[in-house]
This record gives sequence, C-alpha cells and structure tokens, in this order.
Amino acid sequence: MIDVVVFFFLLGVFARLVKSDLRLPEALYETLSIYLLLAIGLKGGIELSKQPIAALAPQVLACMALGFAIPFALYPLARALRLAGVDAAALVAHYGSVSVVTFAVASAALTRQGIPYESHAALWVAVMEAPGLVAGILLARWSLREGGGRVAWGELAHDVLFGKSVLLLAGGIAIGAVAGEAGTAPIKAVFIDPFKGVLALFLLELGLVAGGRLAEVRRFGPAVLVIGLGAPPLLALAGAALGWALGLSTGGVALLATLAASASYIAAPTAMRIAVPQANAALSITAALGITFPFNVVIGIPLYIALAQRIAP
Amino acid sequence: MIAKHPKTLLVIVAEALLEKNLVRDARQRGVQGWTVSEVHGASLEGVRDGDWEADRTIELKLICDEAVADALAAHVLATYAPHYSVAMYFAPVQVLRPERF
Repeated sequence: MIDVVVFFFLLGVFARLVKSDLRLPEALYETLSIYLLLAIGLKGGIELSKQPIAALAPQVLACMALGFAIPFALYPLARALRLAGVDAAALVAHYGSVSVVTFAVASAALTRQGIPYESHAALWVAVMEAPGLVAGILLARWSLREGGGRVAWGELAHDVLFGKSVLLLAGGIAIGAVAGEAGTAPIKAVFIDPFKGVLALFLLELGLVAGGRLAEVRRFGPAVLVIGLGAPPLLALAGAALGWALGLSTGGVALLATLAASASYIAAPTAMRIAVPQANAALSITAALGITFPFNVVIGIPLYIALAQRIAP
Repeated sequence: MIAKHPKTLLVIVAEALLEKNLVRDARQRGVQGWTVSEVHGASLEGVRDGDWEADRTIELKLICDEAVADALAAHVLATYAPHYSVAMYFAPVQVLRPERF
C-alpha cells in the first residue's frame, strides 16, 4: 500500500507532465523545507535526550564511513557507463550524500506500518550529509589531475556545515536534546503533530520539480537511467548490511538502507557546483532528482522495508 | 537643469550560488554599491526556473566607472563564464551624486 504522502508527489509529477500552471510560491517552498529540517532534527533530538550519547559513537562513525565509501564504490560503475571522469565524480557525490525528504518519507512509512526504529535516526542524516561530498570532490580532483585549480576547502566546509540543511538538522537535534520531551511539549502542536501534512505539501512541490527534470532524461541517454535506477537498490543492500552489523532494529535497518540509497539534491548540487565547476550539473541533478528520488519514494522504500524485515526481523 | 554625471551600469545574470563570490570580486575592484534580485529565465544552457535551491538565478546590478566595470567583467568572463551560466551587459547611465558610485 502506497503511503498517502507519495500520492501528493505523484500529483506534482502529473501536474508538470500535463503542463499545469500549478506553481508553489518560492517562499512557501523555503518555509516548508526549513520546517521539515527543524522538525526532523527536533524529533531525533528529543529521543537523544533519553540516552547516553557516547553509546551512539559507533553508529555515527559507521554512517559517516558509509557516506564516504559510496562515491568510491559507484565511481567505477559511472566510468564504465562512459561518463567523463569529472561528471562521474560529481554524480557519485550526490549519492554519497543523503536526501532528507527521502528519509522523512521512509520514517513516515515505518510509523504507519507500526515498525519501530531508532528515534535518534535524524542524527545519522545529519552526519551523512558531508562525507560523500568530500569523497566526490577528492574523486573529481583525482580525475582532473593537474588541471583542476585549487579547491577552497575552508569555504566549502563553511558552506556545507553551515548550509541550511546541516545547520537546521543539527540545530533541531541540539534543541530537542537540551529541551527534552517536557521542554518541547509547548511547540509540539507545530513541530511534531502536523509533520506529515507538511511533508505531503512539500512532496507536491518536489513532484513538480522532479517532473520537470524527467524531460531531461532523454538528453543524457541510458547512463543516467542505469545509475539512477541501478544504484539505489545496490546501495540499499550495503546500507542494510551495515545496519544489520550495527545491530539496529528492523526500522533502523530500513532507514539506513534508505539513506544509503538516497541521493542529495539540496546540499550536493551547490557544493559540487562550487568545488567542481567543470562537471555537468544538469546530469547529476537529473539522476538524483529526476530518477532516483521518485524511484526511492514510490518503489524503493517499500522494497527496503521488506528487505529489512527479512534480515532483521 | 540638474547636474548629471555619466557612469556605467553593469548587469550580471548568473547562478545564485555565485552571488557571494561576485559581490566579493566587485568590492575588491572598488564597486561601492550593488543590487541583487532573484530572477528566472533561460539561456543557451537551458531553462532555469528557480524551482529549488540549485536552480536559482540572480541579477546583480552595479553602477561604477567604466574602467571598473570593464575590469570586473573581464574577470568574471575569465573566472566563472567557462563553467557557469553567466550573462553580462553594459549600459551608460547618468547619476546625480557621482561620489556614491
């Protein structure tokens, strides 16, 4: 059974395909994304306040290592599909990083199905944003050899760590962890209860954006399709295996599989554009947002949940 | 008749993520004021609708001396234009208080 929020996404895609004049105001998009990041962070932070943080260190390190390893694993595949080195590097960086909204859809699906998961999972999202980008930039540097110019790592670190996604996620986690369940009770009516409705609205907007990218798929040929559809299930297997090795719950394994399979479309495009301007940005975006995001939301997440139920019952 | 002074208007339309760099480069070359607005449109590289973060486009307007505008435009052309969507154009304008530009 498809989760109700996914229908909103499909409605957005449909609206774009039939060339509807529907367009959400940019300010609303901005507001919704800020809300989602903060709400996801807060929810994770509240749970974090209930347990010793030191015990989570192995999970955090493992998540970061996974994010860092993904681009190196995918790069040979992208090269085998005849993508130029620098384009392949930028593309795989998107997969090393994560999509917060894909995570939100997966956790909503788990909640609806009554499958428990580690409620501090937002922490995994926050720490998995950056390592994949660093790996992608290293690959791009290597593929360009001498001709690439210098990377301003300091500036880049600033943009990623203090960019809105990490800042709001980590900020939400910190506020939730400090304030705890009792402290956040007064804002629960805004940040916790309406979450799924807001997610539905945001997915409508993302459907419009992703629908717009679908037309681009033809421009880039089969390589983008192969990566966009082939990478997520493979990466989900790696994520699920790691989750199982870490001894996560069924829901936790499904979430880590989803995070591994997801591709960033907010932090990664900007970071790669700045660090690797030579790369074809439209190619990466088409794969991440036009193919992988819809695939994960509609087909992938139910698969990853089923996989998790098999290996971590 | 009020006294008017000739200056050059340089308009740079570029990917929004370049804003910080463009403003920094402009200030370094002596530009004292600028206006930025968000726009959307299309170029040879395709349509940029501004639907989400990575798709935003800005229009940066600067008024300065012709030599400064030329130097900045040459720098932008060499540094950013090879890999980013950038469009630039100049126009002669007249201002009332030349020391402000």
